[in-house]
Amino acid sequence: MIRLQDIRKVYPMGNRELTVLRGVNLHIEKGELLAIMGPSGSGKSTMLNLMGCLDKPTSGSYYLEDREVSHLSSGELAAVRSQKIGFVFQTFNLLPRLSALANVELGMRYAGGVDRNRAVEALAKVGLSDRINHRPTELSGGEMQRVAIARAIVKKPPLILADEPTGNLDSRSGAEIISILTSLHTEQGITLVMITHDPNIAHHCQRIVHLRDGQVESEEKV
Amino acid sequence: MKKWLDPLATAWIGVITHKLRSFLTILGIVIGVAAVITLMSIGKGAEARIISNIESMGSNLVTIQPGARTFGGVRSAAANTLTTEDAEAIAEQVPYISSVAPSYSSNLQLVVGGENMNSQVTGITPDYMQVNNLEIASGAFFSTNDYQRGSKVAVLGSEVKETLFGETDPIGQQMRMGSIIVRVIGVLESRGAMWGSPDDAIYIPITAMQQTVAQPRTTQGGRVVSSITLTVSDEKQADYVVAEITSLLRTRHQLSPTADDDFRIMSMEELSSTLSEAIGTMTLLLGAIAAISLLVGGIGVMNIMLVSVLERTREIGIRKALGARERDIWTQFLIEAAFLTFTGGIIGVISGWAISYIVSSTGVMTTLVTADIVVLAVSVSVGIGLFFGFYPAWNASRLNPIDALRSE
Repeated sequence: MIRLQDIRKVYPMGNRELTVLRGVNLHIEKGELLAIMGPSGSGKSTMLNLMGCLDKPTSGSYYLEDREVSHLSSGELAAVRSQKIGFVFQTFNLLPRLSALANVELGMRYAGGVDRNRAVEALAKVGLSDRINHRPTELSGGEMQRVAIARAIVKKPPLILADEPTGNLDSRSGAEIISILTSLHTEQGITLVMITHDPNIAHHCQRIVHLRDGQVESEEKV
Repeated sequence: MKKWLDPLATAWIGVITHKLRSFLTILGIVIGVAAVITLMSIGKGAEARIISNIESMGSNLVTIQPGARTFGGVRSAAANTLTTEDAEAIAEQVPYISSVAPSYSSNLQLVVGGENMNSQVTGITPDYMQVNNLEIASGAFFSTNDYQRGSKVAVLGSEVKETLFGETDPIGQQMRMGSIIVRVIGVLESRGAMWGSPDDAIYIPITAMQQTVAQPRTTQGGRVVSSITLTVSDEKQADYVVAEITSLLRTRHQLSPTADDDFRIMSMEELSSTLSEAIGTMTLLLGAIAAISLLVGGIGVMNIMLVSVLERTREIGIRKALGARERDIWTQFLIEAAFLTFTGGIIGVISGWAISYIVSSTGVMTTLVTADIVVLAVSVSVGIGLFFGFYPAWNASRLNPIDALRSE
């Protein structure tokens, strides 16, 4: 599903350069459930952004479903994002003025067209059937994250990337979110890559990748 | 939902979320469009009014006046070049003419009651009245018989009647005119203030005129007239008639082929097109001045759109993460800008229309709102939205999705 080969990412910082990723090699199988752990500044988010085609590596190759995507134009990357990738963010990133349903529909808007029935279905899958017309401000943190998951899965992408999806939630809501995400993985075979600080959550995954100073430090099977 | 409806719905949400801000942005466009509509409608109204005035004088009217004669590049003073004989020749030889009326004007001393004044008196033939579309308000016009006998009778324009007689009935009153005494037999219907209006005229038979002022004669012995007016029986032939008269008069006046005409021919047709062209230019100028306020409104739109893009950076990041291409982002903001200015344009048209209606109803000015102004104003306001929305929209589309997602 994903193959990263010697990925380097360097950010220019004025006169100096900041090297965030120093040659990352990683292979992720289709249908795998993977956790990425590491101290802050280890390059977890940068790596996830590269995998999500939100950014391009400075050097190295990135194969997504056997297609080299690291040198695509911004328009082609947008097309890859719209078709292949669903994002779940730590801060939910819902549009505050839109209802839960409209937020989920937004997930389909750039992926071929809006289908209201599928949006309703996706909200049902995360257990929010009775909340579809609520705005994000009227929802709890856990509910907002469930809307965000519905938005990510509504276009049925093969890959879901979650950046600390429980980071802003209390432990009970966090547990609910993790169970929704893992069930998506088991029921639909979605490939799921998740950044987390919480070892308990990481142990729900099949494999844990530890990053340190922009490199893969170790991997462990669960 | 249809694909193109999405950006419209998004634009609508953007507008209603910031009601006051949207209102103020739209206001700039509303004022601009309303100003354009109002000023243009005043211009168009003036144009329509002048054309209808000219038409009331008879659009088939042709006036010939003596012009300056040029000798070797030196222009002499206004010459006595037109004669009664010219008028007769035109009537006989030029086709498509229904009647010809020569007239001779002169300044005469008038004495009415104790009042003494100097005024222009026009000696005319009976045809003059019909040629110039004059109508009698009270009394009567003089007859062919009066003309032939040289009866000392006068017909007054409505303004002249006011000045000389005030409220008293002038019919049957006598007044001294140069060396003769004339009797007032009629008053004309008012035509409204205009250039060369008959309201200011005093008409007597040209035969009576000759009894107090000697009509000058040209060296060839023709009796000089001040002007010849005539009506063309077929308006489509006006140009042909003018050309025929020109060649006839040039022959009669023995002008060499290189000499300028010693007369001027004005057809009302031509006059009305010249005038409406001039007023059209003025209308356009008025519209252009009003358009400046539209431009200012457009800059306001650009300002607001830049703020809006800044505020919604995170939203742009989210949309990009969901797969929005640059094109999706800039069309969204462009549609929003055009939506604002289109709304402003529509409201502006309605207000402009209302203002010109009010201006009309005060009676000070006539206004005319035409479809082309409305279409122009609305499309220009949409165009302004697209033009001034382009830079903010392009800015938005170029945002880096990661930075945009991180922004607060």
